[in-house]
Amino acid sequence: MGRYILRRVLTAIPTLIAISMVIFGILALAPGDPLSDLALNPSVPPEVRQRIRKNLGLEDPIPVRYARWASSMFRLDFGYSFRTRAPVSDLLRDRIPTTLYISGAAFIVSLLIAIPIGVLSAVKQYSVFDNVATTLAFIGFSLPTFCTGLLMILLFTIKLGWLPSIYRTTIDTPGLAGVWEHIKQAIMPVMVLALFQAATFMRFVRASMLESIHQDYVRTARSKGLAERRVITAHALRNALIPVVTIVALSLPGIITGAVITEQIFRVPGMGSLLISSINNNDTPVVMAIAFIFSILVVFFNLVADVVYGVLDPRIKYG
Amino acid sequence: MAEVTNTQTRSAAATETAAAQLTALRSKKPRSLWSDAWRQFRKHKLALTGMIILAMLVLATLVGPLVWTKDRSAIDFAQALKGPSFSNPMGTDDLGRDIFARILWGGRISLAVGVSAMLVAISLGTMVGAISGFFGGVIDSILMRITDMFISLPALPLLLLTIYLFRDKLRAQFGPNLGIFLLIVFLIGILNWMPVARLVRASFLSLKEKEFVEAARCVGASRSSIMLRHIMPNVLGPVIVAATLAVGGAIITESALSFLGLGFPPDIPTWGRLLLDSINFMELAPWMVIFPALVIFLAVLSINYVGDGLRDALDPRRTH
Repeated sequence: MGRYILRRVLTAIPTLIAISMVIFGILALAPGDPLSDLALNPSVPPEVRQRIRKNLGLEDPIPVRYARWASSMFRLDFGYSFRTRAPVSDLLRDRIPTTLYISGAAFIVSLLIAIPIGVLSAVKQYSVFDNVATTLAFIGFSLPTFCTGLLMILLFTIKLGWLPSIYRTTIDTPGLAGVWEHIKQAIMPVMVLALFQAATFMRFVRASMLESIHQDYVRTARSKGLAERRVITAHALRNALIPVVTIVALSLPGIITGAVITEQIFRVPGMGSLLISSINNNDTPVVMAIAFIFSILVVFFNLVADVVYGVLDPRIKYG
Repeated sequence: MAEVTNTQTRSAAATETAAAQLTALRSKKPRSLWSDAWRQFRKHKLALTGMIILAMLVLATLVGPLVWTKDRSAIDFAQALKGPSFSNPMGTDDLGRDIFARILWGGRISLAVGVSAMLVAISLGTMVGAISGFFGGVIDSILMRITDMFISLPALPLLLLTIYLFRDKLRAQFGPNLGIFLLIVFLIGILNWMPVARLVRASFLSLKEKEFVEAARCVGASRSSIMLRHIMPNVLGPVIVAATLAVGGAIITESALSFLGLGFPPDIPTWGRLLLDSINFMELAPWMVIFPALVIFLAVLSINYVGDGLRDALDPRRTH
């Protein structure tokens, strides 16, 4: 088992390096000069500009520049924001927890919706419940989050006035009222992400459940007289969840990057909205750092999916 | 004696009817694979409905701006933020522009991006998958490593990063609209070919061992003809399904980019852009949100249902 995990971790490293090369390659190929502001400044003569370029290492060959860039990225040293002059890592430190909190909550809610509905749908295949659930799931993943988000604001904020449409981190109401305010403002951002994800998950749970329900071990469980409820939950569902776990872990990075859009709709101060505002402000170091962090998250969750799959399914050989 | 003649006449009659049946059969048009697929597709009511809605949407965006001649960018403050009415079926925006005209016009862009990005993704994926599956060995493992790497790229952030870094250059080179169109189509294509490549590779791997390929090889068919004429038609079904679903995905991605303000320039009213413009006026003009959202939803939902129907229709194992 230990060797299996180690091997997986080792294969993740080349992937991470390859991705960092892609990101650096995009930056290196991109037109534009980081010192273009100086070029417009008449008080800086071209020779001085040339010397600054040299001191900054911009004249070095690309592999050298990549090595330098990658080593500082992996040490989580992202440089300074062009705009605020603050270290990028400081900016990110405030933003990452918010994003993880929203997307983590969305992830849990989507599983709480998808698993029971998926299982019931499969157990009662072709019933009215199944038809309604599969149709809703189909509609659910055809509705992009920016549509559902805006429609929800229209309904719950403007028409009914139940929920706030803007997410604030500065709530300081003491006691339970403050907690409730925090929860209330997170409901819509979380639900928008969760509903979209639940639609996808539900289809996987249903398909996987349909497959396992007709297996021999399920018939065995039934024939030895177990209660139907136990047959479904302890025998069919447990096996059906193995492939689902992989899909679920693989879609985690998608949920986190998908939060870019939800954060923009509800003005949640997370990484996604920082990414968009940095793009609008031409703040390259911040943009690069966020792209890099998102890549690390993708590789990490791919690794988690692999390892969890290996742990759950004893049929997989730890070669 | 009488018995023998009786059998003879009977068998002669039987031969005659059989021959008549045969000619009747022959005069009937033979059922091709595609007519079978169509027959199957028609049974899937939702897929059929989806196709009709989709056809209407495409027709509306192509012909609509010619029939509904209201200027999509004519500013008229006297008409600003008016609800749906006879002269403005979907209301007007904050500058008094007709939303119906804008949706019709923007649909051209949204649908064109969807179809073009799908073409890029499908052709790239089919090419990689076919080469990988057909030749195998080192080529296969190199191409599959590359595919795996592309799968683990974070799509949305990379999309935003690349657009951020390259848009000004491309705008300068190809003009503001064509430049961003090419960039978006290329990027969506290059971030979405991987599932198709895997699909095509898997089919090629199993099909190249089949007897009909061996037969083709025996009669001296060249490699390229085996690939293109013998194996490829058998892979077409799943590829068509993937292509259909890819159009829906690309429309969502383009709308998301426009919604984030990183798509087409503000004067091009793509569906995502219309939603972005609506945010500040939601309270006063809910129709500015509802109609663009509805069109995006209808387009994507009907494409997904068509894909679903095609999946059933083109898979011979599902034919009842």
